[in-house]
Amino acid sequence: MASPSLAQHRAIPIILGASTVIGVFVVLEVLLRIGVVNKYVVPLPSQVLLALERIIVEENIFGRMRETAYEMVVSCVMVIILGVPIGSLLYRWRSLRQAVLDWVAAMAAAPLVLAFPLFLVMFGRSPTTVIVMSVITGLAPIIIKTTEGLLGVRPVLINVGRSLKLTDWQMFHMILLPAALPTIFSGIRLSWTFVLISVVGIEFLINLGGLGQLINDLSERYDLPGTYGAIGFVILVSVAFFMILERVETWLRPAK
Amino acid sequence: MAATGQVKNPTATMGWARTGRSSMRSTNMIRAGIFFGMAICWEALSRSGLLFRDVVPSLFSIWASIWKLVSSPVFYANLQVTAWEIFASLAIGSGLGIAVGIILGANRFLGAAYEPYVYYLAPTPRIIFFPVMIMWFGVGVASKIALGALSCFFTVALSTAGGMREVDKVLIRVGRSFRATPWQMATKIYLPAMRAPVLNGIRLGFGTATVTCLLAETKLSNQGLGYMIMQIYARFDMPSLYGLLIIVFIIAGVGNLILGKVTGTSA
Repeated sequence: MASPSLAQHRAIPIILGASTVIGVFVVLEVLLRIGVVNKYVVPLPSQVLLALERIIVEENIFGRMRETAYEMVVSCVMVIILGVPIGSLLYRWRSLRQAVLDWVAAMAAAPLVLAFPLFLVMFGRSPTTVIVMSVITGLAPIIIKTTEGLLGVRPVLINVGRSLKLTDWQMFHMILLPAALPTIFSGIRLSWTFVLISVVGIEFLINLGGLGQLINDLSERYDLPGTYGAIGFVILVSVAFFMILERVETWLRPAK
Repeated sequence: MAATGQVKNPTATMGWARTGRSSMRSTNMIRAGIFFGMAICWEALSRSGLLFRDVVPSLFSIWASIWKLVSSPVFYANLQVTAWEIFASLAIGSGLGIAVGIILGANRFLGAAYEPYVYYLAPTPRIIFFPVMIMWFGVGVASKIALGALSCFFTVALSTAGGMREVDKVLIRVGRSFRATPWQMATKIYLPAMRAPVLNGIRLGFGTATVTCLLAETKLSNQGLGYMIMQIYARFDMPSLYGLLIIVFIIAGVGNLILGKVTGTSA
């Protein structure tokens, strides 16, 4: 008897949240139709919904998603390939860690993405610019979290490894890395979030590639329902991406 | 006892202090080594002719361009515009964020209903909302402020809601047992207890507002530091581009450092 009531308790706020969102769209539709809100600034929500089909069919949204996904995958892999070894090096060499970790933290807070014109000069208006810029943007969190995760490994595990006379490499991949994995994955989640923001943001800014360019194209054509629809689509993709990352992180957490 | 222990074993304390000092010295030496090593490599690469001269300009020309930029009144006029945009977006975004955060944090039901939307919208790329902001607020400063406020809002709202939930229940019970009015509860219990997470949220919000305002300026603007970056890029004046980026990073870093000192946290 207790569980249905608990489920109901959980469902009510979810229903309220979803109904509020739907309610806002309905009110907006009415306000737009009676002319209280300007149709040339905000399109009808019904038009935005209809525009989604047009975006999918005419604007080749899946092709654009592939382009964004390609830049994302390359950047995300590069971030791990570079970030985890750098974080491990900082763990291994204490002096280097003390000297450099503050710089890495400052790098995480700096508006690095603003340097995109620099990379436009170096690599031209190409996916390489998007990838390089995104890798630089996403590198700091994974370095910090890898170092933090390795430093947080319980000494008892390290002592077990020592008592078994493991080599440095065995110690790293059999003890340190598995023990630090949940924290490292937190870093990966943060870094990939930065990468997604950077990839879509730079595509939009330099009008190149996938989903970011689609928004830019549609807004330059003054296609209001299309622009709003494309923004909504990118939000849905981002939210799905974060939800998946969160699930994986939760799945990894018990291993701590 | 602890004090006696310290007096009894002064050499140990001195040894520890010496170790700390020497560790600090070696850290500084490594930092200086990395800094000068990178500078030498950069200069060598610049003079080697392996890359286009302008892609990796000489450090001396970058330094000269920094000096030229900070001596120019145009730089300060643009800095003023960007500073105003960041300040206004921080004020608006933080104000709304704190209000929404308090509501979501104080009421568990409302928090469960609406916080997931704030939580999942927070890490989306905010710059994609720029076309919408242009349609609503025009191409001037207002659209940058609106976009900056939007990006700042989510961070502050989430931080405030989290802080509100973490207020010590004992403090709340003490307030109630003294029959404090809602205003007294807010000003004497909740706000002082939530100071750290709220200020930390504002510091993070400052970072996102800065990046968003500057990026929006690079996209469509006729003033501000972002606009200046794109003007320099269009002229292909690489030393000035590097110089201006260094200045912007320093300004953002100093702003973050000051807010970090105020909130008692570090970057």
